[in-house]
Amino acid sequence: MSRMWAIVERELRRFRRSPILIVVSMIFPLCQLVILGYAFGGNVKHLKVAVVDQDHGLPAVKIRELAQAASSGARTIDLIDYADEGQAVVDLRNGRVNGVLTIPPEFSRRVLVKNQPRIALIEDNTDTVVANALAGNMTSMLLAYNEPPTAARVPAKATLDVVEVYPYVPYIQYLLPGSIAMSIFMMVMIGGGIIFIDDKARGLHEGYLVTPISKLELIAGFNISGTIKAVLAGFVIMLIGSVIAGVPNPFDPLRILRLVVLIVVTAFALISMMFLLMVRVSDPLMPRAIFGVLNTVLYFPSGAVYPQQGFPPWMQVIAKVDPFTYAVHGFKSLLLKNTGIDAISGDLLYLVAFSVVAMTAATLLFKRTL
Amino acid sequence: MTNAIEVRSIVKKFGDFTAVDGISFAVEEGEIFGLLGPNGAGKSTLIRMLVTLLPPTAGTALVGGFDVMKQSDEVRRAIGVIPQAMTSDLELSVEENLLIYAKLYGVPREKRQKLIPQLLESVELLQWKDKQVKNLSGGMRRRVEIARGLVHEPRVFFLDEPTTGLDPVSRTAVWEMLQRIKSQRNLTVLITTHYMDEADKLCDRIAIVDHGKLVALDSPLTLKASIPGKNLLEASFENAPPDWTTRLATLAFVDKVDGQGHVYRISSSNGPGTTLALMEAAAAAHVTVHSLSVQSTTLDDVFVHYTGHELRDALQEASAMDSPFMLRRPGGR
Repeated sequence: MSRMWAIVERELRRFRRSPILIVVSMIFPLCQLVILGYAFGGNVKHLKVAVVDQDHGLPAVKIRELAQAASSGARTIDLIDYADEGQAVVDLRNGRVNGVLTIPPEFSRRVLVKNQPRIALIEDNTDTVVANALAGNMTSMLLAYNEPPTAARVPAKATLDVVEVYPYVPYIQYLLPGSIAMSIFMMVMIGGGIIFIDDKARGLHEGYLVTPISKLELIAGFNISGTIKAVLAGFVIMLIGSVIAGVPNPFDPLRILRLVVLIVVTAFALISMMFLLMVRVSDPLMPRAIFGVLNTVLYFPSGAVYPQQGFPPWMQVIAKVDPFTYAVHGFKSLLLKNTGIDAISGDLLYLVAFSVVAMTAATLLFKRTL
Repeated sequence: MTNAIEVRSIVKKFGDFTAVDGISFAVEEGEIFGLLGPNGAGKSTLIRMLVTLLPPTAGTALVGGFDVMKQSDEVRRAIGVIPQAMTSDLELSVEENLLIYAKLYGVPREKRQKLIPQLLESVELLQWKDKQVKNLSGGMRRRVEIARGLVHEPRVFFLDEPTTGLDPVSRTAVWEMLQRIKSQRNLTVLITTHYMDEADKLCDRIAIVDHGKLVALDSPLTLKASIPGKNLLEASFENAPPDWTTRLATLAFVDKVDGQGHVYRISSSNGPGTTLALMEAAAAAHVTVHSLSVQSTTLDDVFVHYTGHELRDALQEASAMDSPFMLRRPGGR
């Protein structure tokens, strides 16, 4: 096994002298965390709503007052008065406003005679997030409108009380587990896969193959050195990311210890997978070409950016075998819920089994000759 | 004398293409054995089979007394290899390169601590031991590789075009070091090169390979004597009479005389015999010999004689080493 450690030593000595590699592999996941975290994490505000009041009665005024209250309070919407509905719709189509709230001429009369009074929201449904936010806002407004002036002492209707188990989790914290897994993957690909194939193409492996090193020692040496590099990347992003995302008590030693266990297991799983994919590859363009594909196929189905329950069945199959899924689940448990190892034992078990299968297959496929 | 390398009817095919076609030869212990041949002749394929990098399609080879197929680990312990490509770790220092390889060969700590400075001294790199290889010149990198290949004290040393791409000074330095190390460590050396003058000067025996077959094998001297070559005498004279060209043409062993100005170019089938006759004729005619040079057959002539003149523009077989990033120099298979 001393030969295996010679490979590890060589890789780590080279790694130490390539600070640019370390920085590059960490910049991407950090950028992603910050940019995506702040881009998707906030609530939409200042949506422009054209109000076309064709009624001008008291109930219509009440509706406008409620809309005005929403506009000056949460600032989700900004109201713009329009006299002509046609012009409002044209402006909606041209993107000058995000929605058109129309109070029809018969609204007040229908309210008085209790004959299905209606108002209309015409929205630009090409942007579902904005459309949903507007619809939600208007629905809340109508609920307030429909409330009786004096509430019953004992409510007759059933109500839902929501109890949140954990403190509020901003989206950037939700993204952090995926970013840690991504940083491990980046180092696996850049510090492991790309360097491995480049060395092979440059003939460096010829130097190894003429020594009495065994297949297992060679593969294990590459795997262990790759894992150490990836663990380092994952650990740094975990600490920096926790601080940036505002994870409570980010330096709790016990939690860091649990996180390190998961980082090590994740790194070993991903490096084993990478070697399985690269074991027969000799073209240096190949790892670069599949980098983006692998990134997409592993990262997005893992639940790192969106809950897996929303995926179509075929994508759920990918998610089931994707090692990222288990890593992300584990990191979420430890970072967002501060659970113990018990809660992630299934994730650890899958990642270890995945590593064993991938490394065994890579060793079997590895050719001791050119 | 026992044989350090024995090659018996070895064959290597890549699909339909036969790169090495039934070559047999033996290299004695302590010999420097040169393997020459045009580009694509099969030299590198042959070396790669001998160093266990490629399995032969047929035939066998014993290196250091071990079968390259059945006892490949024993062969690997017995050999040092300098591949065609520059394979040092550029980011590591000179000493670290040797250290890692000593560990890969399982050289014990005490031994490697003693041996590495010795080897660096032999290749005159001791003062550069802490420098990263990427900061060294091509010649120095080659010397790092030579030292690296010897870090486990092999008995047989394989070098695939070790001086290609180096400047003449570096080339000479590499060969001198090789000769010195070889005599100090009782090495058997198998080397491929495109530089005939070097092969001529340093190799005890030379094998010429072409189209995957062995076409000639002997000492440089015997090989040169084996071809029907002509010596060329170049001479200039003072007081030469007008019919001097005609008189030179009648001298012993002379085939042809070209007289241009004061310089006469005389083709001869026996350089020493014609030289003697020329000196006697000049003395008798009271002609002063101003200058005289006799050029004998070179290994270049031998090479061309056995391999022909045609350019080898055959397609190279794709192998694991062929890639856009490969630091391959123009050279053999």
